[in-house]
Amino acid sequence: MLTIKDLRVKLEEEDKQILKGVDLTVEAGKVHAIMGPNGSGKSTLSYVLSGRDGYEVTGGTAHLGDVDLLDIEPEERAAAGLFLAFQYPVEIPGVGNMTFLRTAVNAQRKARGEEEMSAAEFLKVVRARAKELQIDADMLKRPVNVGFSGGEKKRNEILQMAMLEPKMCILDETDSGLDVDAMKLVASGVNALRDAGRGFLVITHYQRLLDHIKPDVVHIMSDGRIVKTGGPELALEVENNGYADILAEVA
Amino acid sequence: MAAPALNTDPTEARIADLTLPTGGWSEAARVDALARLRSAGLPQRRDEYWKFTRPDLLTQSTAQAAVLDHDEAPIFSGTEALRIVFDDGVFNPDASDALAMEHVSIERLTDTQADIHWAKGLYGVLEQAGQTPVLRPLAALNTAFASDGVLIHVMGKAPKAINLVYNHRLETSDAILHHVIKLDAGADLTILENGPAAARFNKVMEVDIGDGASFHHVRAQGRDHERLAATHIFARLGTESTFKSFTLTVNGRLTRNDCIIELTGDDAVAHVAGACVGDGDFHHDDTVFITHDALRCESRQVFKKVLRNGAVGVFQGKILVKQGAQKTDGYQISQSLLLDDDAQFLAKPELEIYADDVVCSHGSTSGAIDDEALFYLRSRGVPAAIATDLLTLAFLAEAVDEIENEELREVLVDRLEGWLERHRG
Repeated sequence: MLTIKDLRVKLEEEDKQILKGVDLTVEAGKVHAIMGPNGSGKSTLSYVLSGRDGYEVTGGTAHLGDVDLLDIEPEERAAAGLFLAFQYPVEIPGVGNMTFLRTAVNAQRKARGEEEMSAAEFLKVVRARAKELQIDADMLKRPVNVGFSGGEKKRNEILQMAMLEPKMCILDETDSGLDVDAMKLVASGVNALRDAGRGFLVITHYQRLLDHIKPDVVHIMSDGRIVKTGGPELALEVENNGYADILAEVA
Repeated sequence: MAAPALNTDPTEARIADLTLPTGGWSEAARVDALARLRSAGLPQRRDEYWKFTRPDLLTQSTAQAAVLDHDEAPIFSGTEALRIVFDDGVFNPDASDALAMEHVSIERLTDTQADIHWAKGLYGVLEQAGQTPVLRPLAALNTAFASDGVLIHVMGKAPKAINLVYNHRLETSDAILHHVIKLDAGADLTILENGPAAARFNKVMEVDIGDGASFHHVRAQGRDHERLAATHIFARLGTESTFKSFTLTVNGRLTRNDCIIELTGDDAVAHVAGACVGDGDFHHDDTVFITHDALRCESRQVFKKVLRNGAVGVFQGKILVKQGAQKTDGYQISQSLLLDDDAQFLAKPELEIYADDVVCSHGSTSGAIDDEALFYLRSRGVPAAIATDLLTLAFLAEAVDEIENEELREVLVDRLEGWLERHRG
C-alpha cells in the first residue's frame, strides 16, 4: 500500500536534514505505529507524504500503490487515497464544515472520474457518520474547526476520514490534547474504518493510544531514521522503559 | 460669466459642457447646487479625500469610452421587484414596470413639473447638508445637472422591492442620475440597484428615513465592465429608524462610492457594507462618513476588498460623534485580501468623538491567503484554485452577511463565485 524507500528530507529554508533515510512499508489491512522522541522526524514524515510546503526531498521515494506521491500536488495525493489527520487541525473562519466536507468529497470523486454525490445523498451519509462520532448538527454547520474543543477537532478529522474513505490514513499525534473519553471515541471511529483494503500509520508519543487502536507493527524513529521495528510489545517496552534504553541498544 | 476663450478653470470648463435644466420645482435647488459647485470647485488630487483616487477621469469633459459587455444576465432579474430601467441614464418606460405600487408613489424626476412639496424639501437638501464638513463637489454637480431619476415616496410597507436597472448601451455615454427617496414614519422599502449604467456614471441618492422606518439597499456594480462611476448616498435617519446598505462591486475601471449618513433621531441603526473584487485595471474607493447626532444610535461599516494584478482598493471611513450623542455604538472594519504582490490597499479610518460615553471600535488589515488553511483544504483533495475561491468567499463573508435577506445574499454569492471562477490566477 504505502512504500517508502530511503526517504531523505531537509528543510527548504535552512540547511537542516530532518529525515535521513526512512524505509517503511505499510500493507493494506495493517496498522503500523511510529513512536519516537520529540524531534525525531515523525511529523515531518507525515507532512512530506501529504505534500506540505517547506520541505525539500533530497533522496528516496514514496509510493501509494503505484502512484509516485512525491511527484504530485497535495490534492492529487488525497484523490489517490492518502489522508492525513492533522495534529493541529486548522480553523477556517467563514467556510462551513458541511460545505468543506462536500467540496472535498466531490472534488476527490471528480478527480477519480467518479460521479459526484448529490446533496441529499451526501447529507444522509454525513449525518450517519457524524452520529457515530457524536458530532451534532451544530458542529456540522459551524465554520471548519472554529471554536471547536480539542476533542471536537480530532473527531472532526475522523469524520473527514470517514467521508473521504481513503486507502491510506496517517494519524499524526491524534491523541494529543485528548482526555481518555475523547481518545476512546476517536479510537473507535478509527477502528470502525479498519478493513482489509485500508492501511494505517499511527504516529504517537505514547503507548496509550495504541491500547485503543491496536497496531500490527510498531516502529521506533530516532534522528530521522527508523531504528527498530517490532510487534505491539515494542510499544509496551517504550511505555515501561522510555526511549533511552531502546536507543542505547541500537546505537 | 467669463468668455469661453479665457476660461481655463476646469470647473467652469466642465460646467460649460452641461446644460442646467430650467423650469419646474427643482430649478431653485439646481441653481443653488451650481453655486455650491462653483464655490467648491471640482475635486483635485490635493483635496483631503481625493489623495488616493484620481478625480480627473471623473471630472474631465468627455467620458472615456467603455466597451459594452452584455454577456451576463442582470443580477436581480430572478428577484421579485418593481423594475425601473434606465438606458445610459435615460428612463426607459417600455422596459420598466408601471410606476405604481401600494403605499408607494413613484415619479420620474423630469416628468414632474408640479410643485411636489416633499421632493422640493429634499432635492439637494441632504446633499447640501452632506457638504459639511467635507466638500463633495461631484454631488453638487449632480444636483445641478441631473438629467433623470426617480422620486419615491413610501407611506407604508412596500409590497415588494424596487429594482433600479442601469443598462449601458452607448460606448461613450455619460449619465447623471438623481433619486430622492422619502420614507414616512414606519414605512419600509428595499431598493435594488444593478448594472454598469454608462461609460461614466454620476449618481446621487438622497434618502430621508422617518421615525421607525426601515430602508434596505442592495447594489451590484460592475459586471466586469470598464465603466467609471462616482456615486453618493446621503441618508438622514429619524428616531428608531434603520438604514442598511450593501454594495457588491466586480471590476470597473474606477468606482468611487460615497456614503454620508446622519443619525439625527435617537436609537437609529445604520449599517453600510461593501464587498469588492478587482482584477487588473481596477480602482475602487469607498468613502463613508457617519455622523452620530442623537442618543444610543448604532453604526457599522464593514468593507472587504479582494484585489489582484495591480488592482487598487481605497477605504476612507469616518465616525463623527457629536457632543451629546451619548451611548453611541460605532464599529468600523476595512480589510483587504491581496492575492498577489501587485495589488494595493489604502485605508484611512477616522474617529472624531465629542461625547464621553460611547463605544467606537475600528480596524483595518491587509493580508494574503492563509497558507495553512490552503494546505488543509488541498490535503482533503480540494484543488488549489477551488480552495482559494473558498477562502476568498470566506474572507468576504462578514460583509456579505450584512445582507439580511437570504435570497438576495445567495444571488450575490452566486455572482461572486462566477467572478472568482472567471478570474482564477
